[in-house]
Amino acid sequence: MNTALFMFLAFVAATLVITYFSAKKSTGTSAYFAAGRRITGWQNGLAVAGDYMSAASFLGIAGMIAFNGYDGFMYSVGFLVAYLTVLIIVAEPLRNAGKYTMADVLAYRLKPRPVRAMASLSTLTVSIFYMIAQMVGAGTLVRQLLPGVSYEMAVVGVGVLMVVYVVFGGMLATTWVQIIKAVLLMSGSLFLSVLVMSKFNFSLTNFFQSVSAVTFTGPDGAPVTRNFLTPGLLFKNPLDQISLGLALVFGTAGLPHILIRFYTVPDAKTARASVVWAMILIGVFYIMTTFFGFGAASLLGPDHMKAHGGTNMAAPELARFLGGEVFFAFISAVAFATILAVVAGLTISASTSFAHDFFTNVIHHGREHRPGEEVRVARITAFVVGALAIIIAILLGPTVNVAFLVGLAFAVAASANLPVIIFSIFWKRFNTTGAVCGLAVGLVASIALILVSPDFMKQPLFPLKNPGIVSIPLGFLAAFLGAMIRREPEAEAKFAELSVRANTGLGAEKATIE
Amino acid sequence: MASGDQKGREGATPQVAGSNVAPWEQIAASAEFKALLRAKRRFIVPATVFFVVYYFALPYLVGYHPDLMQRKVWGEMNWAYLFALSQFFMAWLLAAFYVAAAAGWDRKAAELLAKFRQ
Repeated sequence: MNTALFMFLAFVAATLVITYFSAKKSTGTSAYFAAGRRITGWQNGLAVAGDYMSAASFLGIAGMIAFNGYDGFMYSVGFLVAYLTVLIIVAEPLRNAGKYTMADVLAYRLKPRPVRAMASLSTLTVSIFYMIAQMVGAGTLVRQLLPGVSYEMAVVGVGVLMVVYVVFGGMLATTWVQIIKAVLLMSGSLFLSVLVMSKFNFSLTNFFQSVSAVTFTGPDGAPVTRNFLTPGLLFKNPLDQISLGLALVFGTAGLPHILIRFYTVPDAKTARASVVWAMILIGVFYIMTTFFGFGAASLLGPDHMKAHGGTNMAAPELARFLGGEVFFAFISAVAFATILAVVAGLTISASTSFAHDFFTNVIHHGREHRPGEEVRVARITAFVVGALAIIIAILLGPTVNVAFLVGLAFAVAASANLPVIIFSIFWKRFNTTGAVCGLAVGLVASIALILVSPDFMKQPLFPLKNPGIVSIPLGFLAAFLGAMIRREPEAEAKFAELSVRANTGLGAEKATIE
Repeated sequence: MASGDQKGREGATPQVAGSNVAPWEQIAASAEFKALLRAKRRFIVPATVFFVVYYFALPYLVGYHPDLMQRKVWGEMNWAYLFALSQFFMAWLLAAFYVAAAAGWDRKAAELLAKFRQ
């Protein structure tokens, strides 16, 4: 049997065993949606890192650095700095004042039904678009990583597995899938980086010397030598980079699958510790992209990579070059595990939001008609979401450009979710009208701008690939103006309670006792 | 009580383990709680402004002052790469400061809650 396939199956088997044991433990709503709030700081740190470091970061950024040098590394920087927003502004108040979803915090002092309906819509949009991007990515990759497995088979495989994790194992199984994946990804990247540096006798001077003169075949067929440490090989318009930076730095703190992770820990202090753990892991990982990204550029060269699978295959090809077939198989399996874990995290955030926000609180006015109903609805939703994602990913096919889907997820998170989270925690005057306006305008503006961007149109009406620079201020402005239209005394009266809860942890949801 | 007239709001019946209704208004109005909020604001506002400015200085300088950023510092290493790398250490350092400051807030919060439990 193919080594990569074997390693991948070993990962799948391990995660299924975990799912089996989690399923036996996951009884009760808090156990299913929040792993009983008993995940420890370092475990959740690994899981946050696992949820965040998608195939786009591992394969995508490695490839971008390998082909475009410095500009690719700019992504790495934004992905880490984004966690300062999560740590300093969002994580602790959210943990203190919420239960299962981001909307819990909004619904606290605002009218729950309109706010939850909108928040749920934006959560589902972010999760499903992000998920489809991951699944299309998985399908395309697998054809190159595991010869003999077709695009459709890969998509169905990923879809079925994620549904199994989420439906049977709930948040506990999803968390452990993330943890294993994070450990695999970190060790694979570390090993790859060490092998790269061994080629340069562990001398940074030699390494950067080599990166500063990378030769490849230019568009006219003549060889070109470029300094890959020079900015500007990828981004021609500086505004593009600033807009992307805005979406990354403010979008991460609005990504539902990251935010729900803070409900899995016992208290705000542990939530804080888990962000710090995540920042250490994510930071080390993105610094390592220097070694394997630039390493692929200088050791393999863009020409070789173009002939062997293109941008996304830079890291696996580098592994093959440095460590042979077994290491290639390992890195490929890690990449696939990465996709699987991220997709599972997205599925649980989508189904939690639908079941908790939309079904229980919008349709049923906050009451469960039968015990366990919310969990049952979440399981059915996970199944439906999985099936939908499989169908859409197969219909879109392997050739569709998925970059805009990920850009969209971050832009919606930054433009729709973050403004209303910040205002409802910090601004007394904020109200239901403001939240609904902010969510709606942020959502519509980012989707509309992406539809008329260069990713989607030959003659774009909007010149930038990422809408952040326009849609984020629009989201804040709409939330602000909406709140100013009329006063809502009830929402203002409840601000004292929310503020005390958010800042002291009084009355916060407790961990379940075994 | 603060939340008696809040029909339909989810916070109206706080599910606080132990005591059912906490004196939210009293706590919010207390000098200790206001001091806690001030202490937090004194850190969070400047820290946020700092990292936003520090981070966006990178795409700004790289985009609009490429000549400056391409100057070599040590061997082939240029300012652009060094400044990008420094962002990682900036983030870690700021996170460490935050954790240290937050430990103080935890103590303040615990003291003020203990006072209201009596």
